[in-house]
Amino acid sequence: MFVAIRDLRHAKGRFALMGAVVTLITMLVVLLSGLTAGLARGNTSAITDLPADHLVFSAPAEGQKLAFTESSITPSVQQEWASVDGVVSADPVRIAMTRASGSGSGRSAAVAVFAVPAGSALAPRVGTDRVVLSSKAAASLEVAAGDQIELTGQLVTVEAVSGDDEFSHAPVIWAATENAPSSGLTPGNATVIALTTTGGADLAAADQALGTRTLTVAESLSGIGSYTSENGSLQLMRVLLFAISALVIGAFFTVWTVQRSGEIAILKAVGASTGYLLKDALGQALALLAIGTALGTAAASAIGAAIRAFAGTAVPFVLALPTLLIPGAVMILLGLVGAAVSLRTVTSVDPLTALGSAR
Amino acid sequence: MTLHIDDLTLTYPDGEQRLTALDHVSLTAEPGTLTAIVGPSGSGKSSLLAVAATLITPDSGRVLLNGRDLAQLSRTETATVRREEIGIVFQTSNLLASLTALDQLLVIAHIAGRDMDAARIQAMDLLGAVGLVPQADKRPSQLSGGQRQRVTIARGLMNQPSLLLVDEPTSALDRPRGEAVLDLLRELTTDRNLTTVMVTHDHEHLATADAVIELTDGRIATLADGDAVEPGVVAIASTR
Repeated sequence: MFVAIRDLRHAKGRFALMGAVVTLITMLVVLLSGLTAGLARGNTSAITDLPADHLVFSAPAEGQKLAFTESSITPSVQQEWASVDGVVSADPVRIAMTRASGSGSGRSAAVAVFAVPAGSALAPRVGTDRVVLSSKAAASLEVAAGDQIELTGQLVTVEAVSGDDEFSHAPVIWAATENAPSSGLTPGNATVIALTTTGGADLAAADQALGTRTLTVAESLSGIGSYTSENGSLQLMRVLLFAISALVIGAFFTVWTVQRSGEIAILKAVGASTGYLLKDALGQALALLAIGTALGTAAASAIGAAIRAFAGTAVPFVLALPTLLIPGAVMILLGLVGAAVSLRTVTSVDPLTALGSAR
Repeated sequence: MTLHIDDLTLTYPDGEQRLTALDHVSLTAEPGTLTAIVGPSGSGKSSLLAVAATLITPDSGRVLLNGRDLAQLSRTETATVRREEIGIVFQTSNLLASLTALDQLLVIAHIAGRDMDAARIQAMDLLGAVGLVPQADKRPSQLSGGQRQRVTIARGLMNQPSLLLVDEPTSALDRPRGEAVLDLLRELTTDRNLTTVMVTHDHEHLATADAVIELTDGRIATLADGDAVEPGVVAIASTR
């Protein structure tokens, strides 16, 4: 890094310009990552926050994809699953999209109803005619604990306002099965069964026997249609941004290395090994990337904090360590890959060119 | 260390044929002597320097530095030899733009993995020897041509070489500065018992050398006469 550090100090303008590009791309990627995570949470948090490790769906017909909207599990299958070896708990959940309205406020909103049998471990405070609202549902309906809301024509009491669960971008209401809309399901049927299992449960065998399909909670998110298409688009944008950053950084360091090939020849002529020169070149790229991504991440986290402070839940943005640090780490890694393209120039420079007339 | 070049031949590709740059050249340069190689452009003098510097592998012949044949070494081994045993003084422009005069010397120590505190003391001593202590923190763009050339000489000595190879040291300098640089090389060669081989195009400066070898079309043409070389010096050069 002896020469690399001095180059960074000497060619301040060029490196500042490149550093600014890295900073801006990092900022964009981090903001997009926060937004992606925020939108994903708005689609899936009710599922990912379930106190379960697997979800059981009815097996889709041949040629059809597994989906929450298509799954329907009969009471007998629910009971069978509860008795499978290694299954600690099997709680049926009926999921329905509907509208609810606050009886006092007159406000109505689209909500996702997660219906469970009264007393279910998934929502212990839910009972007949007693529902638990997510904070966003309560805010939309302008109700609080103790108020009443109208749900599928029934008046039910808000037992509590708890959590911020959403499903398919609709705030969640936890309700007893008898208070929930049928959502096209046969009475008694559930959309999925939330399983808590031990390591020894043979889920595949149970699926085979019961005509179901069991997925981990993370895998089951592919069954939310809006999540798959939305997340796919945003992830594609992220990947393109990463690819652009690697190309830009690679192009910069290639031009930079070609420009200083005369100096590389001098260093080789005075005995610098190729390893020494590669370490110097990669160290320079790493320093630039580290500073650029640190500034970009800091700027994005400041913007993210401002979004949360001023826009609240109106803008779905997640400001968390993974959404801040992972994009930065990927930027540095891909930037180094881009910079590595320039290393061919380092290895191919002939030290003989340092002797001006011996060509 | 004695440099002995024995029956050296070097050719370059030239279209479908090969161009002979050095044609059975032999010479010996002893410690404490400055050997000048002169000749017209294209005569092979820089090629000879490049072979001695292990930057080119010859077609045939030997380059012996204290008995060891440098022409037989691998690329890694030649880099080590250049790092530890050979000092190279390039033309004026061959300094690293981002490095100060002091750093130009320190980078040699850094490449060799030496202790940098001790290297800093040595570098300042060398800058003192070439009269550049006040310019230690100046970058090449802030130095005059003569100062830059003196930095390259100091840099060539930073690895405490036994063989100093000098490429056209006065090419970018006016006469007074050129003479000063040659006097400095002469002095350092004697004081440090260096085996110095210098390529130059300027016959005016040959009086500084202990021996002069003139190359023409890759062959040693003549030894310089007594007018250009001080009496008593020994130059061993032969043609086949």
